[in-house]
Amino acid sequence: MSGRVLVGVKRVIDYAVKIRVKPDNSCVVTDGVKHSMNPFCEIAVEEAVKMKEKKLIKEVVVVSCGPQQAMETIRTALAMGADRGIHVEVTGKDYENLGPLQVSKIMAALAKKEDALLVILGKQAIDDDCNQTGQMTAALLDWPQGTFASELSMEGDKIKVVREIDGGLETVKINTPAVITADLRLNTPRYATLPNIMKAKKKKIANVKPADLGVDITSRLEVLRVDEPPQREAGVKVETVDDLLARLKEAGRI
Amino acid sequence: MAALFKARKALGLCLSCRSFSALAELPETHQLLRQTCRDFADRELTPIAGKLDKEHAFPKKQIQDLGAMGVMAIEVPEELGGAGMDYLAYSLAMEEISRGCASTGVVVSVNNSLYIGPILKNGTEEQKQQWITPFTTGEKVGCFGLSEPGNGSDAGAASTVAQQDGEDWVLNGTKAWITNSWDASATIVFATTDKKLKHKGISAFLIPMPHPGLSLGKKEDKLGIKASSTANIIMEDCRIPLGNMLGPRGAGFKIAMQTLDSGRIGIAAQALGIAQASLDCAADYALKRVAFGAPIGKLQAIQFKLADMGVALESARLLTWKAALLRDSKQPFTKEAAMAKLAASEAATFCAHQAIQVLGGMGYVTDMPAERHYRDARITEIYEGTSEIQRLVIAGQILKEYQ
Repeated sequence: MSGRVLVGVKRVIDYAVKIRVKPDNSCVVTDGVKHSMNPFCEIAVEEAVKMKEKKLIKEVVVVSCGPQQAMETIRTALAMGADRGIHVEVTGKDYENLGPLQVSKIMAALAKKEDALLVILGKQAIDDDCNQTGQMTAALLDWPQGTFASELSMEGDKIKVVREIDGGLETVKINTPAVITADLRLNTPRYATLPNIMKAKKKKIANVKPADLGVDITSRLEVLRVDEPPQREAGVKVETVDDLLARLKEAGRI
Repeated sequence: MAALFKARKALGLCLSCRSFSALAELPETHQLLRQTCRDFADRELTPIAGKLDKEHAFPKKQIQDLGAMGVMAIEVPEELGGAGMDYLAYSLAMEEISRGCASTGVVVSVNNSLYIGPILKNGTEEQKQQWITPFTTGEKVGCFGLSEPGNGSDAGAASTVAQQDGEDWVLNGTKAWITNSWDASATIVFATTDKKLKHKGISAFLIPMPHPGLSLGKKEDKLGIKASSTANIIMEDCRIPLGNMLGPRGAGFKIAMQTLDSGRIGIAAQALGIAQASLDCAADYALKRVAFGAPIGKLQAIQFKLADMGVALESARLLTWKAALLRDSKQPFTKEAAMAKLAASEAATFCAHQAIQVLGGMGYVTDMPAERHYRDARITEIYEGTSEIQRLVIAGQILKEYQ
């Protein structure tokens, strides 16, 4: 086995930014808006770098799909300690229509090409909240998956994953190669150190196109309309439970 | 001869082209550094800055974290444990850290510019290993003992004395207003070794802390930057080995002045951070506070204030970056550093003052950070060279150009 871990990172609108919808309701405003690495992707990178520091794996390769700006996200991952990057160039309309299915096809192709031991992804992106890419990637590769991981440990050629599920915690042991998706409590991502920021400058970022990987990125989905959530209205106070039931009936809720 | 002159001019143009493009858009590494420091400040400093101020608490954990990131020794080469970056990087880091917490900013600045700076420039290899490397990790911080109760701006009149006694130097005297004093593990002290030579008879010394013969005065109760400790350092027959002299005998004044030139860039950046934090506070409030039927940001009176704050801040920032870029390309930067410190510190007090005004009553209470920025900003016009001294330095440099 190569001892190589592939980590996918996504460039998303920063979590602290107030999202605005374009006046034509086609999509959200991204021009001039602060972007950063998806927080769950940061956790994924951190886990991979920690595994390398513990000498459990040999190389961390970070992948991002998107236009030129995706390089910034890759550099941030390199500054955190990843060894090299792969920028899968997707621009314009193709990028607007890029979704989990297309990205998982790309990740699967790269996982095979790079002979990866593990693919670690964030559990979901904070822009679309799809929570699909990891699962689809595993399915395309026919690899086991450990999703919503809050704890990982290598046990020989298997990997033990503690998963955060609705009912609590579930522990599974899966064979490698495998796909893992990182949940919030897996780790606390490090701040890039200044020496690593300098070193990141010298690390290689390969540039490929989806076609080079034999991946068709046509989307099966069409976004019809994007709207802001409805404005939160003032609540109403009622005196008794009967009042409450009457009001709910009136509003057609029960 | 003419060819040599042309070539040198071309090289100068090359260097200034690099400088100008950096003023317009920072290099990628520096952008990443700035973002990293900003994220650290937003997540780790801003939430606790008010508490640190109220409790006069030294940000020990945050300084350790910054040390791990390499921020406590930005210019120090990697072999000695530093980040191996340039002064532009230092200015960016200082601004972002100070924007989160001005006290943390001054701790970082004193360690980088005033303590490590002169040792890096004037120390022997042994001294660098002993006195720099342990101070790069955030575990230990250093301080800079120049000012005395009897002289601040009048640095040439150092009354602290150092006398040789066998294999030791014995120091006697008091240093005043020393930042980091209560939290430091070492200090640089300037003392007179040859009174007859006046300012050419001052030498620099390295003293570990704690040390027999060295004691600290009470912590000053300051208006601002309360989380950083400021106190007198008192030396009574304080004995240190001969090898603890930094640089040649009599070079102390020159070392101090050179050190302060660079330190000015750090303090200018700290002032920028305070100014930016004030502007952020004021602009955010102006968009939310409704009066006369609309957010007050719609009123010209408020808009003019924000515009003036923006101009003061941005021009000071460009001066600071220019000073840093000149220093990085090994060109003279004394005038620009003094200009940067003067402009930035006056911008900080101006922006903080106007921010309180924009916030009205809310600016006067501790619920909002505006009052802390006002208190923190004030010292930037005083330490590391008062605004009056900066003006003298600038005028001196300008007049030199015409002679």
